[in-house]
Formats: sequence, C-alpha cells, structure tokens
Amino acid sequence: MDTLLQQIINGLIQGSLYAIVALGYTMVYGILELINFAHGDVVMVGALVTYTVFSFAAGHGMSAGPALLLAVAASVLVCVPLGLLIERMAYRPLRRAQRLAPLITAIGVSILVEYAAALIWSKQYLSLPELLKPTPIQIGGATTSDLQIAILLISLAMMGGLLWLIKYTRMGKAMRATAQSHDLAGLMGVNVDQVIAFTFALGSALGAIAGVMQIVYYGIGHYLMGFMLGLKAFTAAVLGGIGNVQGAMLGGLLLGLIESLASGYIGDLTGGVLGSNYRDVFAFLVLVLVLVLRPSGLMGQKSGDRA
Amino acid sequence: MRLPASQAGKLAMFAALALLLTVLPFGTEALLGRSWVRVIDGALLFSMLAIGLNVVVGYAGLLDLGFIAFFGIGAYSYSLLASPQFGLHYPFWALLPLGAVVAGLFGVILGAPTLRLRGDYLAIVTLGFGEIIRIFLVNLNRPFNLTNGPQGITLIDPIRIGGFDLSKTYEVFGMKVAAVHSYYFLFLLCVIASIILSQRLENSRIGRAWIAIREDEIAAKAMGINTRDIKLLAFAMGATFGGVSGGLFAAFQGFVSPESFKLMDSIMILCMVVLGGMGHVPGVVLGAILLTALPEGLRYVQPLQQNLFGRVYVDPADLRMLLFGLALVLMMRFRPQGLWPSKRREHELKGET
Repeated sequence: MDTLLQQIINGLIQGSLYAIVALGYTMVYGILELINFAHGDVVMVGALVTYTVFSFAAGHGMSAGPALLLAVAASVLVCVPLGLLIERMAYRPLRRAQRLAPLITAIGVSILVEYAAALIWSKQYLSLPELLKPTPIQIGGATTSDLQIAILLISLAMMGGLLWLIKYTRMGKAMRATAQSHDLAGLMGVNVDQVIAFTFALGSALGAIAGVMQIVYYGIGHYLMGFMLGLKAFTAAVLGGIGNVQGAMLGGLLLGLIESLASGYIGDLTGGVLGSNYRDVFAFLVLVLVLVLRPSGLMGQKSGDRA
Repeated sequence: MRLPASQAGKLAMFAALALLLTVLPFGTEALLGRSWVRVIDGALLFSMLAIGLNVVVGYAGLLDLGFIAFFGIGAYSYSLLASPQFGLHYPFWALLPLGAVVAGLFGVILGAPTLRLRGDYLAIVTLGFGEIIRIFLVNLNRPFNLTNGPQGITLIDPIRIGGFDLSKTYEVFGMKVAAVHSYYFLFLLCVIASIILSQRLENSRIGRAWIAIREDEIAAKAMGINTRDIKLLAFAMGATFGGVSGGLFAAFQGFVSPESFKLMDSIMILCMVVLGGMGHVPGVVLGAILLTALPEGLRYVQPLQQNLFGRVYVDPADLRMLLFGLALVLMMRFRPQGLWPSKRREHELKGET
C-alpha cells in the first residue's frame, strides 16, 4: 500500500513536469501545426543554466533562496530569446513551405541546440551543487519533501495562469484566433507574426522553469536530457489531444502516473522478467495505443486526419 | 556491328566507370592507406541504407526517424544465426533474405498504427521505435541471453561464397586482395542492385503511387490508390534495404552492439537523403558518400585547431553533429531539393510559395 502511494506521489510530480513541457508542444502545434522538436532541448538549456547558476552560487556562498530565484530568472532570460531565435531563423521562413521541410528543420535545430550545449557545458553528467536541503515529509507511509510539493504546486499554478491567459486576455484571444486560421485572424487585425512569436516565448519560458524544476528534482543534468523528456512530453500532449491546452495538462499528469506505476510494478507483475529498465518503453506504448485507439486524444476534438 | 555515336559514348562511359570502380579500392590503398578503403566500404553500406530510406522519405514522403532500427534488426538477425552466441552457423545466402523479411515485417508493424495519421506523428513514433529497439537490444540479456546486452555479439561468421572466404586474403593476378577489398566488391554489387531495384520501383505503378501520395494523399485516394497498403509497402520496402545492409554490416565487422544503432545514426542517414536530394537515387548516393567521408575529413580539423588556437575547442565528433544540424536547417531554408535533385522534384519544390 505504501509503495502504491509512493509511486502515485512520484508519478504526480514527474507528471506535472511533463505537463508543463507538453504545454510548449501543444501551444506551438495548435498554432503552427508543427512539432517543435527543439522544445525539449530548450528545457535542457533551462536546466543547465540552473546548473551554472548553482555552481556560481555555491562558489560565492549564496544561500538557496536567492540562488533559486536567480536560476529561474537566468534560465528564462536565456530560453525565451533562444525560443524566439529558433522561431525567427528556422521556422518563420518555412511557414508556407511543404510539410516535410519544417519538420526536418526542427530536427536540425534540435541537434544544433544539443551540441552547442555540449560545447558549453561538456558532455559529462553534471550534478547540481546541493544548495537546497529538502525537508522530508511523511504522508501515510510514503515519503515526499517540501521541495517536491513545491514543484507540484508551482506547476499547477503555472497551468492555471496559462489557462487564464488564454481564456481572458486579448493576447489569449488572438492566440485562439490564429490557431483557427492565420489568414482570417490577420484580416481581423491580429498581428499573426507577433502572436506566433509570443507563443514561442511563452512556451520557452514555461520550458525554462520546467528545466529548473527538473534539474532541482533529479539533481543531474546532461546535454541530451531534453530528448527523452521532449519525447515523453510530446506523448503527453498527444494523449491529452494535441493542440488542446487542458488536454496537455491532463495528459502530462496521467503519463507521469502511468510511467511511475508501470515501472514500479512491472517487476512484480512479470515475476522479475522485465525490470524498471524498460521504464522508457511505457511512454512509447501509450503513444502508440492512443494513436491506434483514439488519435484525437482524450480531450481533442479534431479528426484523426487533422490531428 | 556499328553503334550510333551516342550509344557508343554511353558504352565508353560505362566501361570507364566500371574500370574506375574496380581500381578504386586498390588505388585508394596505395595512395591513402587501408583505413580509407574501410571508409569506402562504410560509404557503400550507408549508400544502401540511404537508398532504403529514400524509398520511405523521398518517394512516399513519410518521415522516418528510426530507420537505423531496421539496420539493427538485420544485423542482429544475421549475428544471432551465424555466431557462437547460439552455436548456429547458417550460410549468408539464407540469412540475408531472412534479415530482409524480418526487417520488412518490423516495418509493417511500425507503420500500421500510424499510417492513418499525418506525417508528424509518424516522425515521432518512428523516433520512439528506433529507441525502443535499442533499449530491447541492450536489455534482452535477461531473462535469457538473447542479445548479450550492451557487450554485443562477437565472432560473427564472415561471408563465404562457395569456398571463397571474404575475410581472408587472396592473391589475384599478383594483387593482394584482402578482406576490405573483397567486401568492397560485394557491397558494390549490392549497391548497384539496390540502385537498379530502386529506380525500377520508382518508375513502376507502385512508385508512381508513392509519389502521388507524397504530393497529395486525398487526390491519390480519389484516383483509386489504396493509400494504406501502398504506404505500408513503402515502409516494408525501405526496411528491407535496411535489413540487408544490416546483415552485410554484421558480417563485415564481425561484431555488433547496440551502440551502432543510435538515434544519431538515423539522423545521419536522413541527412544523407536530404542533402543529396530526396527522391533522387544518384543524389542520395552522393549524400551518403559525402557524409561518410566528412567525419574522416574532420579528423584533420583537430590538428588545425591545435595549431591555430593552441587547443582543441570542438571535438571532431561534435563538430560533425553541429554541421549536420546546420546542414538540415540551411538545406530546408535555401535548397530543399538537395544538392543533386531529380528534375521533377526540383520543379515541385521551386514551385512552392
């Protein structure tokens, strides 16, 4: 029973991170119908910037609170221009090109970001200096910490904020209009280029914060960490219904739970034949199952062909 | 018999090309050393892979990011049945077709759930598929030892044709023909066969159906093309090329491990296709040769950096990846038709607004 609760807690926390990264995929897809492969790598940059800030803070005797704030600020300040640059240089010129072209460009950008990061931060696994000292909290036999609860709460707050922004602000309205039709939104006086750039900036900012939380949660960063994270977040977005913001949130949390429970129990279920080293396989299985059974995802309304 | 001038010219060109290709490995060895002959062998293998991926990406317009998995499946099906791993030593005549069939089956398994959907999903699913195959190759040493895990399989049988063992050195007309040379000729034959097969496919009913689907799937459907089956066929055909070259690779190396089948290798093959010219076989082969030679060329950058800056800033392997990424972005931006495109494709891609 205790392991069950523990797996659920772990799943929810990882799931909330998936959800935030998934938002970046789903917003861009909703507007451009483009899978921004580089989004996972933007998250990676956010995480590694945090590593740099923490190393600096540890060297200068800074305490945890200011270091964390500085890390968030720095990673947002790096990731937002990075996202905008990617949009401007790689995707905008191809907006009306043939379908395959932007997809291939996206892969190219992803490789570029990864190996540029390898040049800056080396290809080693980087362990975060232990500035934060989480206090363990017991909940009915399972262990969590104030840090993990903070991650969950911040993620939920960010999701709430995003929903508000999309539903009630002018920019949100413009985003929804642009997602329906670039041309018509343009005719209604929406500056489509600006809206798309804003979407990338917003997604990158969310991604940057997700990166900070990811590296704080696991304590380890690596220049290729964005790849699997991105793949899973994309799966979460598809699970929820790609292009659908609430769907991405639900999909992220669900995927985190599925992964945590499946990798926690697969050893027992198969009598030890398969172990948790197959963890990364589950996300992919979920993706294939969703595509076969319900391509529009849990909350999507678009037909399979459009999705 | 007198031939018309143009035909005689073609024949002369053909003879010259044949002579050049025959002399190439020996000339290279004399001028640059044996390691470059291995590079040429590698370029031939990658040409086959690129020709296979070209069927999927170039003809049918389906973006496959896990193509290396089929290479891995071919390599492992050869290795398991012709190595001390299970004490089996079947001849390669049986194993190459088997590898092709197994890889083709996996191609269908991979394609089936996604083909109803648009290309982007396919890209992600194939990407995941490639990784999953690798995860299984690494982990299938338990509960029973199928793949020998991360250590891989060693002592794989070389290819034997009749009494002729390709891994041994022979003397032909006073020339020493070593393993790298024998394999060169075998790979060359396979590449030529692949080129002919692939070009015949392109001009067949099926090939035209692929191109129709690439251009406009709904219109193709309206013309009576069974799009699902034809797309699955593209996947299976492409995978088959991957499976065969995987088997050849395993026999040539004598050793396989999951390390050889990573995502970056899939991306490299995709780069070859994109750089050379999607849908144009000669272009794709050019892409494969260029990109196989590139890392070798980049080795010279290391001493150059050392001399210029006094230290090595960029490891050649990383530099290669950076260049790949940049090449993909720049090609799509400025020359989406590739370096050596087919006439038809050039018009299509230029016509896009």
